[in-house]
Amino acid sequence: MDKVGYIARKEVRHILRDPRSLMIAILIPILMTLLYGYAINLDTKNIKLAVLDFDRTVDSRELVAKFYNSGYFLEPETTPILSDPERILKSGQAHAVLIMPSGFAKAVTNFSQYELGMLIDGADANVAAATASYSRIVMGRFIEDRLPSGFELPGVRISQQVLYNSDLESSHFFVPGLIAVILMMISALLTSVTIAREKETGTMEQLLTSPVSPRQIIIGKVIPYIALALLDAVLILVFAVLHFGVPFAGSVTLLLFFGLIYIVAALSLGILISTLVATQQVAMMMAQLVTVLPSVMLSGYIFEIKNMPAVLRYVSHIVPARYFIRIIRGIMLKGSDMSVLWGEAAFLVVLTVVLLAIASKRFQLKIG
Amino acid sequence: MENAVVIDRLTKKFGDFTAVDEIGLTVQKGEIFGFLGANGAGKTTAIRMLCGLLLPTSGSGSVGGFDIYKETERIKKSIGYMSQKFSLYQDLTGDENLWFYGSVYQIPRRDLRKRMEELTETLGLSEFTNRPAGSLPVGWRQRLALATALLHRPKILFLDEPTAGIDPVFRRRFWEILYRLADEGTTLFVTTHYMDEAEFCRRISIMHQGKIIEVGKPQDLIARYDQPNLQETFITLISQEGGNG
Amino acid sequence: MSIVEVSNLYKTYGPFEAVDNFSFSANKGEILSLVGPDGAGKTSIFRAVCGLIKYDSGQIKIASFDVSRDFEKIKPLLGYMPQTFSLYPDLSVEENLYFYAGLFGLKRQQFDEKKKLLYQFSGLGPFHNRHAGALSGGMKQKLALSCALVHDPEVFVLDEPTTGVDPLSRRQFWDILKNLRAEGSAIIVSTPYIDELELSDRVIFIYRGSKMAEGTPGELVQKFVGQVYQLDLLPTSERMQQLNKIEGITSRRFGASVHIYTRGSHTIEEYHDDLRRIGIDPDLITPVQPELEDTFIQFMGN
Repeated sequence: MDKVGYIARKEVRHILRDPRSLMIAILIPILMTLLYGYAINLDTKNIKLAVLDFDRTVDSRELVAKFYNSGYFLEPETTPILSDPERILKSGQAHAVLIMPSGFAKAVTNFSQYELGMLIDGADANVAAATASYSRIVMGRFIEDRLPSGFELPGVRISQQVLYNSDLESSHFFVPGLIAVILMMISALLTSVTIAREKETGTMEQLLTSPVSPRQIIIGKVIPYIALALLDAVLILVFAVLHFGVPFAGSVTLLLFFGLIYIVAALSLGILISTLVATQQVAMMMAQLVTVLPSVMLSGYIFEIKNMPAVLRYVSHIVPARYFIRIIRGIMLKGSDMSVLWGEAAFLVVLTVVLLAIASKRFQLKIG
Repeated sequence: MENAVVIDRLTKKFGDFTAVDEIGLTVQKGEIFGFLGANGAGKTTAIRMLCGLLLPTSGSGSVGGFDIYKETERIKKSIGYMSQKFSLYQDLTGDENLWFYGSVYQIPRRDLRKRMEELTETLGLSEFTNRPAGSLPVGWRQRLALATALLHRPKILFLDEPTAGIDPVFRRRFWEILYRLADEGTTLFVTTHYMDEAEFCRRISIMHQGKIIEVGKPQDLIARYDQPNLQETFITLISQEGGNG
Repeated sequence: MSIVEVSNLYKTYGPFEAVDNFSFSANKGEILSLVGPDGAGKTSIFRAVCGLIKYDSGQIKIASFDVSRDFEKIKPLLGYMPQTFSLYPDLSVEENLYFYAGLFGLKRQQFDEKKKLLYQFSGLGPFHNRHAGALSGGMKQKLALSCALVHDPEVFVLDEPTTGVDPLSRRQFWDILKNLRAEGSAIIVSTPYIDELELSDRVIFIYRGSKMAEGTPGELVQKFVGQVYQLDLLPTSERMQQLNKIEGITSRRFGASVHIYTRGSHTIEEYHDDLRRIGIDPDLITPVQPELEDTFIQFMGN
């Protein structure tokens, strides 16, 4: 393992000798946090809405139908457990729960006081904000239809409560995703570029005739980048918590554990790319295309996966960031633990193992 | 006879490092001049100043009658420069490279087409102009680079190690082309580490650690230092000056 | 004693045959030079010997280990200097050396001793803190050689190590090679310089992946067919043109004089009349021994 050490130390020297790239590696995450932290809300559709209808009248069913026919809301795939709206949200079965206590129909006919309840998952700030405003619109239309124009129905109103990210800060929602993107960028992009650089300048020839195995070369080369990636992750976290006041509800250990699995997936991708290209320039472009871009666009980081065309939805299943973003959001914002995250975790582990297997099989260092 | 290159006490400093140290030279029109020296002696820096690519720190000089301080743009138009670094676009074909450089020099289209045909013909490049420059063997690439440097019919041609890494047969053919250019009146200013090529030059200078330590005809220098050939003369001269750090 | 054995090597890149049934051996205490035009297959052969590329067929053995099977056993025996400068430009001279020493398992103390020796012959000592990228061409090559030498290999493979290097640095570089030869190493080198061939023990002419000729420099000169004459007149273009119009002889510039070649067993006397006709006095012509370059050009021309 001495030799891995020599290669790792040499790699650290390369990184330190080039202060500009080092600055970029540290400044870009901070800048991106700032940019995305203040990012705008985006249009959202197909919000999963669970309904707990204790009124069970024609009127209440009509309101529920209005919600589902509005184009904004969908029925959850599984019928929610009636008693506990909070568990429905935590399990991810729905983004919001509409609670209709009995007396709705009476209130509508009698113009009496009535309060509809709505519980919204705030972890996804976009969805939460959209849910809040859409549900008000649907309610408004329902009541409008019931009355001659110009009349108001003051008695019925909707009371909304947002859970987990009560102030609906988009930074709370973006920062965990940003960590996923930065980790991918540092791990996959820099790894593929550093291997391509040795090929391009010819140093790989010299290295391969020295008594080191390709595996040792790779391990030695990626160690400093794992450290750099973790440093970046911590930087963003600290910055996010201190500057944006992003909550950290869950376990740091659990987050770091999944972070490492995710980094291995990213490194495997980087190594795979490096086997396909001969120059740094192509490595950079390819890494952008197959790792960074999907992590931003197809992971649910900015755009909701369920709003995507079917093809992209399928592709998103092989984007590691898709799973890691859900895990990290769950841990940071909801304090979720393994009992909730096991599904995402299982997907991430399987994907990582597959990528690592392909990468090590493909990686045989011959120059021609 | 008119002079193509005249320089006097030309100096270039980078910080406190003196790359070129008060060199003086006169190169006549139509002459093949060998600009020799050890690695790192400052040859490329000197050539870059002569080609108007780098401003001198001090000293004076003119190339083709133009001042190397004030008239660099006119110098660039009247000279050809084939740099040590490979100056072609590897992913463009020979024709595309020629067309690009011709456009840079604003040669009218009809003229350019004709000159390209002439040049590829005389340089024996005709079969190779449809292939990407990067896929050509080094010897052909160098010829293509020469063709791009000749498109605008320069009166003075600067060649910085044009034959490095080329095999002896190809080097001879390359030099045949250079002789023909010289016969037609082009002044050639060449650096090389091949001493057999240097012997083909009418006059040579030898540069060491920024200074020109000898100038003269190859045969005269060999005789002056009582050596069997130019290679030994070069080695003797540089060794005398105290190694080549 | 032969330490490198290459037999019936073939290597193709698509339809292009880079190496075409090439065999050679290299002995301990010997400098073997390969010379041939660009694209003749030298680099492919060297890379195959150093385990860097897969070859189509044939066998390469170094110290009786097969390169394709036991390459890990060969690595400690092998020193390779690729054609392109292959060190880290952002690392200093000493850091480059230390890195390779580490890969070959040298301990700090062993390295310090080795370093002194390497600095002694390379003259790199005063520059040990300079970044490799800032060295002059000759110094770079000496550093690359030093890195390939750090583990005392028995076989050196050097791909055009002196291209772009000035005559004095080349002389110093070859002095190092000669020392290594004296210590019993086998040295396989390619070069575009004919004078370096003269310093080699054996030379192979290679063309389009095939061996054209092999032998000591002396033996190869003997393979020249025809006679060589020197004409002590300046090779002006006009004169060269006139000379080349004479059927049956070939003329080439040779420094400040001209070399005239006759074919087969023909002698210059048969052409005296032609020479006088263009105003050349035959008394200025003397027979000379062919040189290695003459033989090389003849082989490549055929």
